[in-house]
Amino acid sequence: MTAPSRPIAISFDNVCKAFGNTVVLSDFTMEVLRGEKIAIIGPSGSGKSTLLRILMTLESIDRGAVTVDGDSLWISKGGQPSVQPNARGVRAIRSRVGMVFQSFNLFPHMTTICNIADAPINVLGVPKAEAYERARELLARVGLSDKELAYPRHLSGGQQQRVAIARALAMRPSVMLFDEVTSALDPELVGEVLKIIRNLASSGDLTIMMVTHQMGFAREMADRVCFLEGGRLVEQGPPEEIFTNPQNARTRAFLRAVLEAQ
Amino acid sequence: MDFDFVFAWKILPTLLYATRITVLATAVSFVIAIFGGLLLFSLRRYRWRPLASVVDYLTEFVRNTPFLVQLYFAYFIGPQFGLDLPPLQTGILVLAIHYSCFMSESYRAGLEAIPRTQWEAGVALNYSRLQIYSRLIIPQAIPIIIPNAGNLLIYMFKDTPFLAAISVAEMMQAATRIGSEQFRYLEPITICGVIFLALSLLSSVAIRMADRRFGAAWR
Repeated sequence: MTAPSRPIAISFDNVCKAFGNTVVLSDFTMEVLRGEKIAIIGPSGSGKSTLLRILMTLESIDRGAVTVDGDSLWISKGGQPSVQPNARGVRAIRSRVGMVFQSFNLFPHMTTICNIADAPINVLGVPKAEAYERARELLARVGLSDKELAYPRHLSGGQQQRVAIARALAMRPSVMLFDEVTSALDPELVGEVLKIIRNLASSGDLTIMMVTHQMGFAREMADRVCFLEGGRLVEQGPPEEIFTNPQNARTRAFLRAVLEAQ
Repeated sequence: MDFDFVFAWKILPTLLYATRITVLATAVSFVIAIFGGLLLFSLRRYRWRPLASVVDYLTEFVRNTPFLVQLYFAYFIGPQFGLDLPPLQTGILVLAIHYSCFMSESYRAGLEAIPRTQWEAGVALNYSRLQIYSRLIIPQAIPIIIPNAGNLLIYMFKDTPFLAAISVAEMMQAATRIGSEQFRYLEPITICGVIFLALSLLSSVAIRMADRRFGAAWR
């Protein structure tokens, strides 16, 4: 499917995860190549968001292994619960991964520009002038140069989400995770956010994993579409294949239901 | 009984002098309570559950027993347990402990008001634990804590007359002494009330200013 020379950016190897009695991921195995753009679709509760949250270290796993750029985030202990490497290792992996959330999660007490520049200054140690200059570039890239000194509550949902994307990019991640980033937006604001992600996807070697309900967008942006259900990877393939000729009956049923609703 | 302004004028300096003690007790106790509350709050969140639970129960105990009882206990029974302080120091200590417990509740309310997602956003940007607290959580909690703490300051101030019960020479004690010596209570007690009112209003203004300075820009 993809040239074999491309290294593996992310791997899930037989990952199991349950919240109490609810199984979220069950023997989940998947690999993502560097620079690949993945769209993850599936019914709610299928484990899509959990997948991203595990990569962002916001969620633990019960069994199995996870690697990012070849480094272990979770190490399999066979039948025993998986373990994480030391804190420094986890932080090193985290520094390569950026995430944009459904509910934006901007810092309400900081202006737009501070939201973007604060982590580079305080986490990466970038000099202030440089961090602010780069924050301005990013703001221009998401079309919000005039909102530099606005606080999040003065911005629309779409604008907040664009700032959140700029904020994540400011940390120069090699993997970007988008967790239903347009689900909380009014319909007329979805386009402006998708436009930014489209630009990101087309311009570069960023690895992207995107959980989405926007089937049209998934089809246009993704190299590969993964359909999850019940904590398993039911079907995956190039968008044309998944959307025009899905092999699995459950994929067909899901797509039919979603497309009917849209 | 008519209000005697000449008499009132004559006793005003004595009462104002005693006000110093009232203000001193409030200020010192409040500063201790700010830090004491933080300490109690941290202990109640301590990972070692037994300690956290003990502090939890102690806090609840103090919050649910009358201040005057605690004051009497410390002053009259304290010496048997080696706590042998002069009245003013005892009063300040008990005020500070009593209000530390309420302050710890204010901190809890402030921090719990910050949604979990803020923490997650901090993790996603690779902030350290300490930075998540110092740069994200606490700055957002402070504007919630300030009005709460401000109310506690005023309650505390209004609780200082209790210290008269263990013979601290604060304003109320001075007023009742004048009353019993001159057989006139109207003027000294009225003046006391007015001084309390004036100082409480002054604190309210100060709290509102602090509130405006530390929060309104982004809320």
